[in-house]
Parts: sequence; C-alpha cells; structure tokens
Amino acid sequence: MLTVNERPYPFREGMRMGDLVDEIKPQADVLLLNGMVVSRDALLQDGDICSLIHTGEIPSALEMEQALVARHSAGVQEKLRKATVGIMGLGGLGSAAAVSLVKVGIGRLILADHDVVVLSNIHRQHYCIDQIGLRKTKALKNTLVHINPFVAVETRDVKLDSRLIREIFAGVDVLLECFDNPAMKAVALRTVLNHMPQVGYVGASGLAGFGTGNTIQTRKIRPGVYIVGDDESDVRTAGSLLAPRVGIAAHHQANQAVRILLGIDEA
Amino acid sequence: MQIICNGQQRELEEETSLAAMLAMLELDPNTVVAEVNKKIIERDQYEDLRLRDGDRVELIRFVGGG
Repeated sequence: MLTVNERPYPFREGMRMGDLVDEIKPQADVLLLNGMVVSRDALLQDGDICSLIHTGEIPSALEMEQALVARHSAGVQEKLRKATVGIMGLGGLGSAAAVSLVKVGIGRLILADHDVVVLSNIHRQHYCIDQIGLRKTKALKNTLVHINPFVAVETRDVKLDSRLIREIFAGVDVLLECFDNPAMKAVALRTVLNHMPQVGYVGASGLAGFGTGNTIQTRKIRPGVYIVGDDESDVRTAGSLLAPRVGIAAHHQANQAVRILLGIDEA
Repeated sequence: MQIICNGQQRELEEETSLAAMLAMLELDPNTVVAEVNKKIIERDQYEDLRLRDGDRVELIRFVGGG
C-alpha cells in the first residue's frame, strides 16, 4: 500500500510517480517521494509516501481535516475542531497563541483587541510590515485565514472590561488572557473566578526581557485555571519584551489550552 | 492579630483593610487578585474589607508585558 496525499492507495509492482499523477492528479507539478522532490520517472516501492502537489492550489476542508487527523489522531482532532477559544489581547502573546491554535485546527476563535498595528509591534507580534495601520483584529484574522481558512475566526474590536469579558466570552471553552497591562490581567482573572466558572482559563505574567526561557512555567491555581510565566519579569524592570521569550509564554498558553480541551487538567 | 498570607503568618494591626495590607507589601492593588477565606474579592471592596484574626489570604500579583 502507498500513502498518496495523506490517504492509502494500492501499490502495483513497477509503478512510477507519473502513473500516480495520471491516475489521481494530472495537474500536479511538484512530486514528492518520501519527502524528496522527484520526477515522473521515479520508481515506487510498497510503503512509499507520495505527495502530488499543484502549486498554489488550496486543499479542500476535508483534505485539511485528514492531514490534521493523520497527525493528531481522530479523537484528539474531533475535540479540537469542536472547541472555541477566546483570546483577550492580540499583542506578543495573543497573536502568537492564535497562530498556534489555528495551525492545530481549533474550530473557532474569538479575538478581541482595540489596538492598531504600529511599527513598534513588528519586532515581537505576529503582524507584517504591510499591516501597519490596520486594526489588530483585522490584520490577525487575515493572517490566520491565510494559514488555515477552515477555522472560524470572529473578531471584536473593543476595549475589554469585566462586563464585556463576560458578554463576549461566555460561551468559550478556554479563554486566554494575553493583555499587556497588569491591571487588566487582574480584572480578567477576577472576572473569570467570580463569574465564569465553566470556562477554562490561561493567563500570563512575567515574560519580559531575555532571561532564561527555562523559568517560564505553567502553574495551576484552580481546577481549569492556569497562569504562565516566571511571575516576576516585569516589562518595566526586565527591559523590553522580546519575541523569543514572549513566544515561549504564548506557546505555553496555547499548549495549556489544548490540554484543557483534551480533558487534561494539569500543568 | 495574625493572618496567613500566601502560606506565611503575618502580624497585622486590628482592623487592617485589604488595601492597607497591600500597601504595606508595596503592591499596586489594581494588579493583585486577592482571595480571602476562599472568596475572590472584587477590586472595589479592597478599601472596605477589614481583615480579621485567622483570615487566610491568597494574593496573585501580575506584572506587565504581553
């Protein structure tokens, strides 16, 4: 048996890559055999993994789903596909976590921020230089849809407060707190602990500077409630925020969101 | 009176408010989530809430950056 574009395909002795192209995808212009670029003449062996690519063609939703299922397993992918994750703040934490969650195939994201992309964001946030001046919600949605168009991305262009957090994120499975401002971090955690007991939560505190990445940890503070960071690297004292260390924290947050969605309530 | 804050015993004057204790600890109250005897305290209660002998206080302090 061969694996062709993520699916099983019967092997015949003497088959060449060109046979697969003719039988499955005549428009293919890039042919990969076990990860290497080959020509139509390449001879196939039983068990080979083949990709037939038409450059620039967008795969179908089904093909994307199959690719995710092949890597994550059907049980895991079903939980991720059915999930909704909210992200509060689309800076260095929120934009990076959103990219990670879209790649992993979370079904629905709700993104909230009121900021505009400026030049001083580009060094650490997931925005492109030609997005300066756009609302972060719009710019990030464009990027996310470009990565994986099969995720539902909803945006709220608002300055969040306790009331709006409750309104906008009432139905999410997991909420990521990705604010820059420490007072808003506290507002968000108070709101969730007092008013949103059904929501999984991953906040962040202590991720500035270029100290070791090994002190950034995920701590469980309640069932379903976590804080990521080293707990002390304040942007006011540890210096600037840098893409690598903020990224470590963002991916801790995304990872913990996935764990909560899979029913693993441990850091 | 004695309270327990984040697992450590502390001696406080009677009638100390939560806000006053945070000020002693040099913490900005806006950046702190406070739990007193398992109840999360809303920010607008910090000034009014008087701590009592034996109270168990848990503080989570946030620093900036995101």
